[in-house]
Amino acid sequence: MTEAIATKIDPSILTSSSAPDDAETCMDVNKLNLFYGESQALTDISFQMKKNHVTAFIGPSGCGKSTLLRCFNRMNDLVDSVRVEGEIILDGKNIYAPDIDVTSLRQRVGMVFQKPNPFPMSILENVAYGLRLQGIKKRSLLEEKVEWALRGSALWDEVKDRLDESALGLSGGQQQRLVIARAIAIEPEILLLDEPASALDPISTLKIEELIYELKSQYTILIVTHNMQQAARVSDETAFMYMGEMIEFGKTNEIFTNPAKKQTEDYITGRYG
Amino acid sequence: MESNSTSQHISHKFDEEMENLRNQVLKMGGLVEQQISGAIDALQNTNASGAEKIILNDHKVNALEVSIDEACTQILARRQPAASDLRMVVAVIKTITDLERIGDEAEKIAKMALNLAEEDINFHSRYAGIRHLSDQVRRMVHDVLDAYARLNVDAALKVVRDDDEADKEYQDLIRLLITYMMEDPRTISEVLDVMWAARALERIGDHAKNIGEYVIYLVKGKDIRHLDLDDVEKDILS
Repeated sequence: MTEAIATKIDPSILTSSSAPDDAETCMDVNKLNLFYGESQALTDISFQMKKNHVTAFIGPSGCGKSTLLRCFNRMNDLVDSVRVEGEIILDGKNIYAPDIDVTSLRQRVGMVFQKPNPFPMSILENVAYGLRLQGIKKRSLLEEKVEWALRGSALWDEVKDRLDESALGLSGGQQQRLVIARAIAIEPEILLLDEPASALDPISTLKIEELIYELKSQYTILIVTHNMQQAARVSDETAFMYMGEMIEFGKTNEIFTNPAKKQTEDYITGRYG
Repeated sequence: MESNSTSQHISHKFDEEMENLRNQVLKMGGLVEQQISGAIDALQNTNASGAEKIILNDHKVNALEVSIDEACTQILARRQPAASDLRMVVAVIKTITDLERIGDEAEKIAKMALNLAEEDINFHSRYAGIRHLSDQVRRMVHDVLDAYARLNVDAALKVVRDDDEADKEYQDLIRLLITYMMEDPRTISEVLDVMWAARALERIGDHAKNIGEYVIYLVKGKDIRHLDLDDVEKDILS
């Protein structure tokens, strides 16, 4: 019988994520409700995100996935009339507790947006921007950290000879990787990616996806994407959202081969609507 | 485009998955080859314990089929493979079905070996003819796995052709076995066992041929099933 066990190979070694299933929880979302004025945008969202995993949020436009993403670094605070109920626990503390310093929260939770938004300055200064805000002034240390971040975002080889040129001269795909470098330069624990590849061509998209795969050994990553196939390729867990509710949350392997809910099945097979 | 390299996707993980898939199929192929050889040895030497071992080991082949299938499903769902990658996954799904059936045929041969062992017959003197057929199909399976590993169209095509000869060999053997039964009806039950084993060998040849066709599909993108082989040859080798 021992031979029988030996030949039973685990299909996970053939495919999918190398992320361990028993990874510890990074963030614990507990009965999160969000209102824009009177209208409720998120309803009773509860789930747990695992450390060093990629969690993807999919769903039709307006389902609340970007709103949910913006809860994790409290970007929604910038919108008037927003009210949040429930908790998001990071390291044992609710990030919506009154004594939380939002600035230091945003240092721990970096964000990259749909359209690359490099600052109108040099490539080096773009990446160094957050570091300078942190008070780092020493040129050699800044350069060291900039190189580290640019290598991390797989951009170093393409820009190392023109660090002082304007970032606006980079291609869209390069700009997006630059923005990711800027986000990881300050060494956050969590990266929020809101449609990071939707403005890019297929090859640049694959490069960003490969980057996400590499970054997850160091960061916990949350990604919102309209592209279901992208979620299938990059994520360990997938959440399907619809009308402000989280319909299904589970392992990507299962969501894309045998989802538990009919609504999820309809959406990912293109039967929705 | 004939790009069948499993490497150099932008996603290294995808490279790894495809490479693993290929290796698992080869591992399954190796196991199946062992099963065939073991079953044939058990038959020719009427070795009961050898036959039992083959029967016990069939589950290993089955387990590999299940896990490779699962891996293919995951790749289809998560990677949306295209072109040569897609053909590779489709060919793997089909190949492992045939490999699993070859495993079943080997198990059948082992079962016949068990029956014959109980009857205590001198297999060598009466049924030496089965040796040709078994050598032939064993070689076909080996060659087709080799063709798969090296994505070699010529070698795959040769296996497809070889099946005709194996079928002829099988027909000759059956005629011989029928004469035995006519000569001495007391041997009917024993000869029937040998006949079933021969039938299993012939089926193994068919499965090897199928795999050869999948290899050609994988490399050339052409489905050559049910076509005239001479036309096919002109077409794909031109």
